[in-house]
Amino acid sequence: MSDHKTMTLTLIVWRQKNANDPGKFETYTAKNITEHHSFLEMLDCVNEDLIIAGKEPIVFDHDCREGICGMCSQVINGLPHGGQERTTVCQLHMRKFKDGDTIYIEPWRSRAFPIQKDLVCDRSAYDTIIQAGGYTSCHTGGVPDANSTLIPKEVLDYAMDAAECIGCGACAAACPNSSAMLFTSAKVAQLSALPQGKAEASARVQAMLTAMEDCGFGNCSNHYECQAACPKGINVKFIAKLNREYQKSLFK
Amino acid sequence: MILDGKCPTGPIETSWDKHRFDLKLVNPANKRKYNIIMVGTGLAGGAAAASLGELGYNVQAFCYQDSPRRAHSIAAQGGINAAKNYPSDGDSILRLMYDTIKGGDFRAREADVWRLSQVSNNIIDQCVAQGVPFNRDYAGYLDNRSFGGAQVSRTFYSRGQTGQQLLLGAYSALSRQIKAGTVQMYTRREMLDLVVVDGVARGITVRNMVTGQIECYAADAVCLATGGYVNVFYLSTNAKGCSVTANWAAAKKGAFFANPCYTQIHPTCIPQAGEYQSKLTLMSESLRNDGRIWVPKNKADIAKPVSQLPEDARDYYLERKYPSYGNLAPRDISSRSAKEACDEGRGVGPGGRGVYLDFADSIKRLGENTIKERYGNLFEMYERITDENGYKVPMRIYPAPHYAMGGLWVDYNLMSNIPGLFVLGEANFSVHGANRLGASALMQGLADGYFVIPYTIGGYLVTVKPGSVKTDHPEFKKSMEEVSGRNKKFLNIKGKRTVTEFHRDLGKVMWNNVGMARSKESLTEALKEIPKIREEFWQNVKVSGSDSEINQQLENAGRVADFLEFGELLTRDALHREESCGGHFRVEHQMPDGEAMRNDEDFSYVGAWEYKGNDKVPELHKEPLKFETIHLAVRSYK
Repeated sequence: MSDHKTMTLTLIVWRQKNANDPGKFETYTAKNITEHHSFLEMLDCVNEDLIIAGKEPIVFDHDCREGICGMCSQVINGLPHGGQERTTVCQLHMRKFKDGDTIYIEPWRSRAFPIQKDLVCDRSAYDTIIQAGGYTSCHTGGVPDANSTLIPKEVLDYAMDAAECIGCGACAAACPNSSAMLFTSAKVAQLSALPQGKAEASARVQAMLTAMEDCGFGNCSNHYECQAACPKGINVKFIAKLNREYQKSLFK
Repeated sequence: MILDGKCPTGPIETSWDKHRFDLKLVNPANKRKYNIIMVGTGLAGGAAAASLGELGYNVQAFCYQDSPRRAHSIAAQGGINAAKNYPSDGDSILRLMYDTIKGGDFRAREADVWRLSQVSNNIIDQCVAQGVPFNRDYAGYLDNRSFGGAQVSRTFYSRGQTGQQLLLGAYSALSRQIKAGTVQMYTRREMLDLVVVDGVARGITVRNMVTGQIECYAADAVCLATGGYVNVFYLSTNAKGCSVTANWAAAKKGAFFANPCYTQIHPTCIPQAGEYQSKLTLMSESLRNDGRIWVPKNKADIAKPVSQLPEDARDYYLERKYPSYGNLAPRDISSRSAKEACDEGRGVGPGGRGVYLDFADSIKRLGENTIKERYGNLFEMYERITDENGYKVPMRIYPAPHYAMGGLWVDYNLMSNIPGLFVLGEANFSVHGANRLGASALMQGLADGYFVIPYTIGGYLVTVKPGSVKTDHPEFKKSMEEVSGRNKKFLNIKGKRTVTEFHRDLGKVMWNNVGMARSKESLTEALKEIPKIREEFWQNVKVSGSDSEINQQLENAGRVADFLEFGELLTRDALHREESCGGHFRVEHQMPDGEAMRNDEDFSYVGAWEYKGNDKVPELHKEPLKFETIHLAVRSYK
């Protein structure tokens, strides 16, 4: 791994002082970037230059920088997380770009995710959806032995595929309807597949769907943009599962 | 002062049960009269907030992230230990306790570790009831794997994302309580001060990270579940927002800081690629189940492609030195061995700072599909970061700061020396001694949160009158003024260097002098260097923007300012501890074969430091450690 080549890039970045500011694009130059820089490290470098120059650095959400916390959230060249398959912004590396490239960087765009500053938005709507029913109502203590209910591997794997969701919001940001269906369905599918979650399955799916609508998310019209943008590869089959669970709940 | 951990006496097997019975209870109708503050919503804080809310207390929970689901517990990959003994391979509560005490190099409290081992089994049941998808076999039974420092398979896991799944379980329980109204959740709040009134913890002061407003909250008890401090090294596997700030604020208000020199350097991380690097990425220790660690035998071979190095040109140094544990030797030992190999000039990759983690044998034996099934996401992550395919060429790894065994001192009830201040999870010092075994952090976080604090906090609350101090007390006003005064000070320095530059400077001193191998000289030098950096920071740091908006520079300035004070304490603790134990390795104290040499006669105690003011020497208090169930012995993994 040698770092001989460096890149110079033009960044066109959404700047917005606060929720009330209309916001606008500003242009910056990123210099001396190597292929081993992560996308966020590239932005760190730009920010260091801005601070020294007495300008306000670009504000963006990030935390674990290893693709699991779901904090980072940027639309890069029109694609949430930048379009590399199963990759969050923090795991996107500059080797995917070429010297001289122009890169557009925007925040999530969704009515339910109001922008707070620059690339930072408020995603508490996702928490609201989970609070509506994204759990099993077990108490701390007083639960049966973990092996008392057998769960075949296929069922477990299905639940785990859904449970991998990191709640980043890319699915809603990618959806032309700004729908949170993929996010909501991942939790519905996980819990309704497992024996522990079946008791509350009907109430859960109804409560979570109502919360989703109340939060201002749109509905699903099968564009599958969510699946394409999802950094964890959550499959749209879970939306079908949600729809089945919802229909079942209507006949209860 | 000699500290008393207030551990129960009598046979260890019944110690926790007896203690639980002895604890006074709060009447269900009275619980709602008590307010409890929970800072941090990772495994410990999230589980505790949910459990306390469900019991009927009023809980106010705080986190700096935009959602409680994002705490850094989420990044734990490998698994969680429990003494279920499902594989019938000889495990028991006593064995888990023994392994944990031994793994911690006999520097942890027996009673706390027994309790942890006992409740470990409840944790697995609890998580399964929540819908946590632990891996299972085709018949539907739970699966286990092995981790370092154990000769049984007791680790439960969810692919390579166990921390995520456990945290989402705790988060779901927390969400249920938020919905029920027992927990009020405050996100994007950073705790900047602890409010102590007449020697009792009564509340906290936080910054609203969106509006910049300084806010204060009062309660009958304050719990810190604020994680560890290894970002003091700048480059670590921790999330960027992890800091010592909440704990240090408590320390400055009188809470003792115990064993700060016990830091864990994790052996399997992706090596640093350049100066600009912002963090290091961990590759789960579980990889050591199937990966073999080696370096070339001869220095001359380090640049050669792996395919040109036959078996006899390779040194599988862990298998050679520790035949009974092999590649699953504990973390401190594995890390030090990697450093030794690289110091000898046998390291591979850029700067010679890397060793191979090779899956070729396992792939030959089990097939690539099995390896993919077990670790697929880790191989993907490795490739995203390094652009190399770990199935085809061996991965390169190097140790990186990962976990803090040290933390605020607590007694058996998880209460610090400040009445009303409780400390949970990584933020306290209690169970891992001088080295934590893999898959035990998740166990501790959830044990403290689900099964310890819900009992022990009641024993304290029955002794206090609910709601006796409110935020109109002058101490709250004073605290808020101090906090906003410090923020204004950062903004007014208007120097020439960024916060990150100072953090990097500190990190270099800490890593080079207080890292994997410490000596009197290196530590003394660090004690000279750190105050210099701190002094320059307060004169020359540049923080732009204002304090009444989202300002990440300002947030960072506070964290780095605290690290610049805390780093000195960590170094001082390392200098005072004239022995090698676990993650604390003093080059002066080693066996002829290079193994750590403990000094039980002089250092078999918890070292808890009392802050006495900046530029003043902190005072050391000791809590002697007694070993009655597990006998003190030389730790050997050979």
